[in-house]
Amino acid sequence: MNSLIPLFIIIPLATAFIIPIIGKLTNYFAKTITPIILLALCFLSISLLLGSKNESYVIGGWQPVNDIPIGIYLVLDGFSKLILCIISIIGFLVSFYSISYISKYTSENNFYALFCLMIAGMNGVVLSGDIFNIFVFLEISVIASYALVAFGVGKNELEASFKYQVLGNIASFLILFSIALLYWQTKTLNIADISDVLQTHDSSPFLLFTQILLITGFGLKAAIIPFHAWLPDAHSSAPSPVSAMLSGVLIKAIGVYVIVRLFFNMFVFTYEIGLVLTALGTLSMIVGALLAINQWDIKRLLAYSSISQIGYIILGFGIGIMVLAKGGKESIAVLAIAGSLFHMVNHSVFKGLLFLSAGAIEYRTNTRDMNQLGGLSENMPITSATSMGASMSISGIPPFNGFFSKLIIIIAAVQAKFYLLALLAVIVSIITLAYFLKFQKSVFYGKNKNFKDAKEVPFAMSFTMIVLAILCIGLSVLAIPSVRELILDPAVNSLINLDEYINLVIKY
Amino acid sequence: MIVYVLCFILFLVGLYGLITRRNLIKIVISLSIMEFSIFIFLVLIGYIDGGIAPIITEQVINPTYVDPLPQAMVLTAIVIGLATTAMLMAIAIRLYRKYKTFDIREIKNLKG
Repeated sequence: MNSLIPLFIIIPLATAFIIPIIGKLTNYFAKTITPIILLALCFLSISLLLGSKNESYVIGGWQPVNDIPIGIYLVLDGFSKLILCIISIIGFLVSFYSISYISKYTSENNFYALFCLMIAGMNGVVLSGDIFNIFVFLEISVIASYALVAFGVGKNELEASFKYQVLGNIASFLILFSIALLYWQTKTLNIADISDVLQTHDSSPFLLFTQILLITGFGLKAAIIPFHAWLPDAHSSAPSPVSAMLSGVLIKAIGVYVIVRLFFNMFVFTYEIGLVLTALGTLSMIVGALLAINQWDIKRLLAYSSISQIGYIILGFGIGIMVLAKGGKESIAVLAIAGSLFHMVNHSVFKGLLFLSAGAIEYRTNTRDMNQLGGLSENMPITSATSMGASMSISGIPPFNGFFSKLIIIIAAVQAKFYLLALLAVIVSIITLAYFLKFQKSVFYGKNKNFKDAKEVPFAMSFTMIVLAILCIGLSVLAIPSVRELILDPAVNSLINLDEYINLVIKY
Repeated sequence: MIVYVLCFILFLVGLYGLITRRNLIKIVISLSIMEFSIFIFLVLIGYIDGGIAPIITEQVINPTYVDPLPQAMVLTAIVIGLATTAMLMAIAIRLYRKYKTFDIREIKNLKG
């Protein structure tokens, strides 16, 4: 079994434990090894994404007995390849940015160790083909993120981390409880096997209860609107590279990814679940945007905007499930799901960039209050230009990637005859433009009152932001049909063709 | 059936504590109670009436074994629960050093 899949978990996990040991001897070990291993994982994941091979790997080589899978499976299909790519690329750029940014804190080694642990946990969640294993890796990554949110050990950081932990623990209990219920009903933990069992089950109230518990549990991790209370505090208090990681990757990898994986590949499509997801998505899209308008703290505004953008992603998947469950045209569902995946990729790029720009501003001025800032575009031209690109992208201005993904979701909503949802998506996009114009105006333009001698940030930080800004424009090519077929379509196929996923794990 | 009900009551006790208590340490204890009610539920679903521990020996003829998988899951979940509780306690102690109180009504810097 010459498979490369376990490397995605082993490499960061091993690095996380080596860093505190060797890091004591030399100062530069942690900050060089972390970007290097993440760059290696980047190349590995991109080569896997471009190669069309789907595979599964059994930990310990426990082969199925009587066609019943008994080992822990790692499954690599189109969807997980795409998310692995996002994790590795954003992880590499953020760790490179941290070289300058984190030097102002003490105990840098602990930061990089926790960072690697978080990456290992997320890769594990994305690759795992077993619901209990998903829970274990999810806990690894969230415990690392609890510690990273509190990394500054100031009053605000600790309070945010405590809130995040209480809500995160409740989410974990709900997830564990629903795993127990699923095991009780199906007597197996393997996703493909559960899906095989559920195909023959009729939908029972018991199953519906489990599904609602799962939506609540993972919804808390993904910060969909009724469960969002922890997100603005945690994301605004964490050090900026960590906020970029939390907002750009973590809430997608352990929240949205698992919801989508379970509801597309494990449960049978039902119209009600599609309706619930669409309603939650629409609600977070609107309320997140409305709450963001009134914020004067840069990172808090970005955090609320994350909630709103996650709403778009969930909305697209919800429309996809509703169309498929009603037996509508498959092409509409494909369009909606592809739009959501595209928006997921885009959101991690531009929201990562926006949080890194906020970090750059905080690095030079030590404040996040928009009332005190102003006129920084002359002092910090690179930060100003890149964050302008990201703001245009998130509010959907044509040459940037955000426009195309939102357009695809809106077209899918119109084709599926949800005219109201399409209208709401357009309106929210305009509100997004409004609050990002406010952000741009009050930070980079206007009169510079307090920070006349602020300088541009060091090379590592500005380089990262430039790369992400190029990605913001460059990812627009995913809207071209031939590129879309290469990158997004395998992911969509693995979601809507149930048999493909099952055959990958249980090879009859 | 009565065991499942008791297990659910334990969960509700934890939830009640989480909602009504104002002390950081008591909140952590309530979370632990909720967690352990779920662990008990996990063990219960693997139990088969009259079953024995799943250790294969030759003395017992036609044995009924209880399901070992939930037990393995509970062991893993307990270890994870230890980590989360330790993390919560560490943050609670740090909060006490900053604010000089365990009362959550005093700890409210973040809002909006």
